[in-house]
Amino acid sequence: MEFFITLIQVLDSTVRLATPLLLACLAGLYSERAGIFDIGLEGKMLMAAFFSAAVAAVTGSVWLGLLAGIASSLVLSGIHGLASITFRGNQLISGVAINFLAAGMTVLVAQSWFQQGGRTPSLFGGGRFVPIEFPFAESLSGVPIFGPIYSELLSGHSILVYIAFLMVPATWWILFRTRFGLRLRAVGENPAAVDTAGVSVVGLRYAAVAICGVLCGIAGAYLATALQAGFVKDMTAGRGFIALAALIFAKWRPWHAMGACLLFGLLQAIALRFQNIDLGGVVIPVQVMDALPYILTVVILAGFVGKAIPPRAGGEPYVKER
Amino acid sequence: MDKMPKWADVVLIPLISLILAAILSALVILAIGENPVEAVNLMVTGALGSTYGWGYTLYYATNFMFTGLAVAVAFHARLFNIGGEGQAMLGGLGVAMVCLYVPWPHWSIALLAACAASMLFGAAWAAIPAYLQAKRGSHIVITTIMFNFIAAAFLNYMLVNVMRPQGSQDPATARFSETVHLPTFQSMFSTAENVVFRGAPANISFFVALLACVVVWALIWRTRLGYEIRAYGHSETGAVYAGISPVRITIIAMLISGALAGLMAINNVMGEAERLVLNSTEGAGFIGIAVALMGRSHPFGVFLAAILFGFLYQGGAELALWTSIPRELIVVIQALVILFTGALDNMVRMPLEKLFLGLRKGAE
Repeated sequence: MEFFITLIQVLDSTVRLATPLLLACLAGLYSERAGIFDIGLEGKMLMAAFFSAAVAAVTGSVWLGLLAGIASSLVLSGIHGLASITFRGNQLISGVAINFLAAGMTVLVAQSWFQQGGRTPSLFGGGRFVPIEFPFAESLSGVPIFGPIYSELLSGHSILVYIAFLMVPATWWILFRTRFGLRLRAVGENPAAVDTAGVSVVGLRYAAVAICGVLCGIAGAYLATALQAGFVKDMTAGRGFIALAALIFAKWRPWHAMGACLLFGLLQAIALRFQNIDLGGVVIPVQVMDALPYILTVVILAGFVGKAIPPRAGGEPYVKER
Repeated sequence: MDKMPKWADVVLIPLISLILAAILSALVILAIGENPVEAVNLMVTGALGSTYGWGYTLYYATNFMFTGLAVAVAFHARLFNIGGEGQAMLGGLGVAMVCLYVPWPHWSIALLAACAASMLFGAAWAAIPAYLQAKRGSHIVITTIMFNFIAAAFLNYMLVNVMRPQGSQDPATARFSETVHLPTFQSMFSTAENVVFRGAPANISFFVALLACVVVWALIWRTRLGYEIRAYGHSETGAVYAGISPVRITIIAMLISGALAGLMAINNVMGEAERLVLNSTEGAGFIGIAVALMGRSHPFGVFLAAILFGFLYQGGAELALWTSIPRELIVVIQALVILFTGALDNMVRMPLEKLFLGLRKGAE
């Protein structure tokens, strides 16, 4: 029974830790499916984390914080779009620049506004997203097996967690069942064909980059106002890159993205709870758990276990023929 | 027909990009309620106003020359090596092993061995992404990013579980012995009555970095291999037609790139810290990207850009010391430089090209 409680706790923590990964991963999915590589997910999340926490701290309203987070992330998306769509620059270099811009600006502005060494004041009350308790969660918690699953694992997360997981079927539906989704995927595979059909390549790509910005904004706001209570320097801690890894792991598909993010979230949850894991004599050091998402991604990229093929026009600026 | 004279491409565009980055940085300083003119003054006096300041500026510049050259060599083969950070970390591991476990009679021999070890370790860390790119088509940018994280975890493990001296809480190796300490600028240039570079970390590695610039220049523009690397970078199909093997060039260019990034460790690990600590690279691997972009992937440009970033780094540290502007200002400037010289290159280039075309039409 003790094992079962531990399991539930680890899985609960998995869901919490997978949420920002999932949001960022889906964000990257829209962008990369439209042919815009985005290694700036990390930066956008970080920027959104700061501005959501800052605005929530000042106004006391977490919803205003969320809006501010999304807006700040959208600004970075705009820069990325400008560089990689309008000026046909190198998308990877633009992403690198955005990551640094966010890493520097957040601390700079935080120091200027709050003088607390690059962090925001701790959030409390209306400044944070509160857990949502499902109906009867309290009274059902005594029921064996089902009780803990319902009241611990499924209930008691903030609304952003449920939004993130609802985004998975929504993304699948948008990409594979709507006209917009078809065009978005087409523009990532063969933009010339989309252009010939009379649909704006530039418009579609900007739309994809904007969706990416919104989702990264939610991911960042979740980090600073739900998972933790306030912004601290570099709080994304590589999550944007793990999300990128998850995206490749999932081979740019929404449902698989959820699986990959849950897997990587589980690794984080285990690393957080157990440190070094003793498997009957063989000790797995915590660093292996930290590195595992990246190692798995390299293995997948190497194509020894099912090849990951990115959208064909990914990373290529589209030049209209004259 | 070239749209622009060469000097405009080499000098004017980077200069305009730099000015744009500087203007935006000044606006950022204004926005956080500080005076940009005072900030620049403080940076100049702090970084260039004394031999002490120069000692730090050149120390940072040495790091950036190595990582800048690393990124530049890969750029010539049209490969984007973001893994300089991880490769430099591994280079540090190589240096630490050489310096800790071998009793060297003199620092000069130790330096040669450390160079070899750091290059070997750096190259080895670049080898797997290189192989995967060349043979399996795995995107080098993603794999090198992943390898940065794997390197950080690996180094963390080595320092915490293996190389940490007994009884120490600090995740770092023991200090290197006195004999392998590199001569600093202070010991090299001070006279009995006039001590210069007092306490500054600049050391003999600076000259190794200069040498590396020259060697890379000769390699890229004066050897058959360099020609093949550039040819491959310009056009893969053209290179294949000329009998150049993409697999070979990709792997060799990345090995050289990794070796150069790893070589940075003789400066920060052997020259400055004199032991291996966590996060010894301090992001220098990433600054190499900005340096290579600014320097237009030419060793001389890399040299100048590295000095500029060394100045920014030391100046930024002084700013953080004397004003309420945090060190992260430098990260913002670095981001703006990468943005303008790298990603938004066309924003500057397109109007300039129009201008030069117009001028030429006017002259005809």
